Amino acid sequence: MSDATSLIFGRLGWDALPFWSMLHDHSPMTVINGVIATGAAGMVVLGALAAIVLVTWLGKWKYLWSEWLTSPDHKKIGIMFIVIALVMLSRAIIEAVLMRVQQTFGLDGGFLTAEHFGELFTTHGTIMIFFMAMPFLTGIINYVMPLQIGARDLSFPVMNQVSLGLTAAGAALVMISLVLAPFSTGGWTGYPPFTELAYNPGAGVDYWLWAVTLSTLSSTLTGINFAVTIFKKRAPGMKLFRMPLFTWTALCTAILMIFGMPPLTVATGLLALDRYLDFHMFTTDLGGNMMNYVNLLWAFGHPEVYILILPPFGIFSEIFATFSGKRIYGYRILVIATMCIAVLSFTVWLHHFFTMGQSAHINAAFGIATMLIGIPTGVKVYDWMLTMYRGRIRLSVPMVYAIGFIMLFVLGGMTGIILATPSVDYQVHNSLFLIAHFHNMLIPGLLFGMLSATNFWFPKATGFRLEERWGYRAAFCWIIGFMLTFFPLYVLGLMGMPRRSVAYFEPQYLPWMITAGIGAMVILCALLCLLMQLWVSIRDRHANNVFAGDPWDGRTLEWAVSAPPPEYNFPVLPEIYSIDAFMTEKDRGQGWQAPDHYVDIEMPANSTMGVIIGITGLAMAFGLVWYMWWLVIGAGLVTLVAVIARGFVRSTTRTIPAHEVQRSHEHWLEQVRRTNPIDRSLEQTTANHGRPVPPIEGAVQ
Amino acid sequence: MSRRTLNEQEARECKTEQRNYLWGFGLALVLTLIPFGLVAFIDIERMTLWITIGGCALAQVIVHLRFFMHITLAKNKREDLLLILFTVLILVIMCGGTLWILFDLYQRMLPGMMP
Amino acid sequence: MSSTDTHALEGNSRHPGLNLGAAHAQEEDTREEMVFGFWVFMMSDLILFGLLFATYVTMLGGTAGGPGPQALFELKSAFIQTMILLVSSFTFGMASLALKYREDRVRLVVWLLVTLALGLAFLFFELKDFHSMFDKGGVPSRSGYLSAFFSLVPLHGLHVTAACIWLVALLGQMAVHGLDAPVKTGILRLAILWHFLDIVWIGIFSLVYLGGLS
Repeated sequence: MSDATSLIFGRLGWDALPFWSMLHDHSPMTVINGVIATGAAGMVVLGALAAIVLVTWLGKWKYLWSEWLTSPDHKKIGIMFIVIALVMLSRAIIEAVLMRVQQTFGLDGGFLTAEHFGELFTTHGTIMIFFMAMPFLTGIINYVMPLQIGARDLSFPVMNQVSLGLTAAGAALVMISLVLAPFSTGGWTGYPPFTELAYNPGAGVDYWLWAVTLSTLSSTLTGINFAVTIFKKRAPGMKLFRMPLFTWTALCTAILMIFGMPPLTVATGLLALDRYLDFHMFTTDLGGNMMNYVNLLWAFGHPEVYILILPPFGIFSEIFATFSGKRIYGYRILVIATMCIAVLSFTVWLHHFFTMGQSAHINAAFGIATMLIGIPTGVKVYDWMLTMYRGRIRLSVPMVYAIGFIMLFVLGGMTGIILATPSVDYQVHNSLFLIAHFHNMLIPGLLFGMLSATNFWFPKATGFRLEERWGYRAAFCWIIGFMLTFFPLYVLGLMGMPRRSVAYFEPQYLPWMITAGIGAMVILCALLCLLMQLWVSIRDRHANNVFAGDPWDGRTLEWAVSAPPPEYNFPVLPEIYSIDAFMTEKDRGQGWQAPDHYVDIEMPANSTMGVIIGITGLAMAFGLVWYMWWLVIGAGLVTLVAVIARGFVRSTTRTIPAHEVQRSHEHWLEQVRRTNPIDRSLEQTTANHGRPVPPIEGAVQ
Repeated sequence: MSRRTLNEQEARECKTEQRNYLWGFGLALVLTLIPFGLVAFIDIERMTLWITIGGCALAQVIVHLRFFMHITLAKNKREDLLLILFTVLILVIMCGGTLWILFDLYQRMLPGMMP
Repeated sequence: MSSTDTHALEGNSRHPGLNLGAAHAQEEDTREEMVFGFWVFMMSDLILFGLLFATYVTMLGGTAGGPGPQALFELKSAFIQTMILLVSSFTFGMASLALKYREDRVRLVVWLLVTLALGLAFLFFELKDFHSMFDKGGVPSRSGYLSAFFSLVPLHGLHVTAACIWLVALLGQMAVHGLDAPVKTGILRLAILWHFLDIVWIGIFSLVYLGGLS
């Protein structure tokens, strides 16, 4: 390569194209893997082109720019986070299915190369944690939390845009790695020395490194934003102990983000120094110490687990209360349990590397700390069951997910207690038993929580309900598919099959592998059902309209406004007198009221900061991956100038005049009056337009 | 432009605050000079020296927090003292845990890495 | 100090760092959120530094036959840097008080410029230090120990650089918009960053330099 090209393109060459090796080497294995990789790359390119063509054809670029990309509105940013999460979820599920299929045929071989399989489990893990789970829960909290505490927006709306931009940049980088391959094969944990330059000189690890770094920065900023919002922006009278449980879990998650992300920043930062500036932090020579990487990674990794699981705990608390028609049982205990889990989550990270070689007493200490977490979690499970006890339970779609969660999650928790015993862990660590365990926590816990939240709050965000029949089908496919896929992995783990194996030579594994493969197909069906549900719901949106805003007889403040809510959320900030603020209002017959007078509302003005930082972040990361230094320096300078220039901007707000607020609020109240109140038994029919009958005596408690 | 006219109370507050900053500066200076002086000029036992350095550093951190950052134990509605205490807790857990784990590992497997 | 005054000052404080009080009441709610948010960020940053300190301690034995602290550090230079940073903390305090009690911008700007000069002087001496370490063979690629040193101390230096850039940007904002509410909030937040960096430096000079030289 000439000097000029290498100055411009760094180390990026033709061989980065996924079909390149296939053109030179015609062995069947290379061709099969090349076709799969090219197909995936083609899907990325076609998907991007299709999106561009669609927006152009609809003539919506201006709308997309001014109403979405530059909007500081927490609701729109939340939705965009969720869109990213769903796109990435689809990709990661397809990868998971591919891995399951490989292992189904994996006795003595299979059709994927070890390299390709390594990329699959690395991207699957990285995407599911950093680009599915994190954006999904960030999106849901973004949308719901300010509404629940009676705020107009987050404390730092522009910083919220920047968080979105950084996450989008990270996700885009992972997508680009399909087209300009390869991605890392080091697993989502990226342990050195395997990921050091000496053993992995290619671009793969760098893709992983910078994608994760972008996501980490985004999450740190998000955590700060959420925590400050909850501390400083609650409506008058909303004391901490009157906050809905979902907001409580959002607060604890935010605190975990603030304090849990730095260890990952340190770990990946030092690994980057090793790879780029020839440092010796984690190398095998010259005094490097890779054990510290493992230590730092998990000092992040365990709080991360609870960042992922606490919001679903909050979501299920809301759902159990709403669909049992009862106040949540043991509100205070649930809050205390959440806080206990949050603090304890910082004290257990060593259980991820019991077998690294430290003394037994250290293992014992961390093992005991791990088992302690079972106590507050158990308290929560009992509280949820007692919430349902003697409630008028409606088995809606969110409730099906919730019940699936409670049963499967307890099972997963049990296996967690088993794994927390160091002596047992020595037997099953790094085996499929572990894979089964954490999928058993994350699918019924996190993913069911997110899907349940989507079904629950979708009508609030869009103004129409999600269709239920496809919803039930998706939920049952998820539950059955999960059990079929992962219960066999427990057995396989106990039989001794290691994780991340491309192939195996033990015929006894085969029946279990086939079962797991069938389960993966059922999960694929679940994904299709979700898409179908979305399509059917959009088709029937007029019949399922819930503009009045309260389709589930909700208890908390977000149901007290129209669906979708106005940009400013509340025409006048509400006064709060109790927990379950909206239910109390309805109980007293004081819901849906017009304020005495309206005032001008000041809202944050649109800003391009999020888009700029997202693009420059992506450019910097891409430049770093391929050693295009001009791109890194250029994008860095643009970032610096943009941030400084932003400091000079003074017109950061715009005012919504009082008469406009009055007009839209009174229009909504008029619609509410015209809406026919329905009984809860009719809530899944087209009669439900978002206004429930007043609660019967005693049902509020 | 002229000096803003301060009322009597503001003038008094201004004096107090200036004195506060001077106090902070003086204390920090002393707490810096002690450890540097010990290392530079005085030959004492290592453990005592390290404890003194650590003690002075800790004291100086508190001086900075008190006089420059205005973090106090006074009762008010702010969350920052709580936040500092929580941060310290997390720091102790993470850093203490790191040292505990890694030095134990060194002892068992990498004696060469013990300082 | 008289206890009643101190009490009055603390009773009114709404956020960490210096509070501007009743004379600067405009936009106090926004300021409270901004300063608190920045404070939270500082706490997150503190964890980052804390872990780098812990990593540094665990890498003390990883010199791999290369030069160690005794061979590389100079007490005099560390002392000069420490003094510069401590004085700059004090001068920033004076700038904050000028912001609170004076209407004339001259004194504020002068104190800020003095602080900026001290910050730049600190960076100069730090770079000089690194240069002399490089000359003695103390480069990060030499050993794990030196890698740990160069991931901890220059990160503090980078923070000081960022703070200096921010200070210049704030002076620019002041030139364009005058001493308006966002500039005031900016100065209060920068003050917190500046004092925070001095606190991190206490850790660095005590643990890295004094610990290494004793």
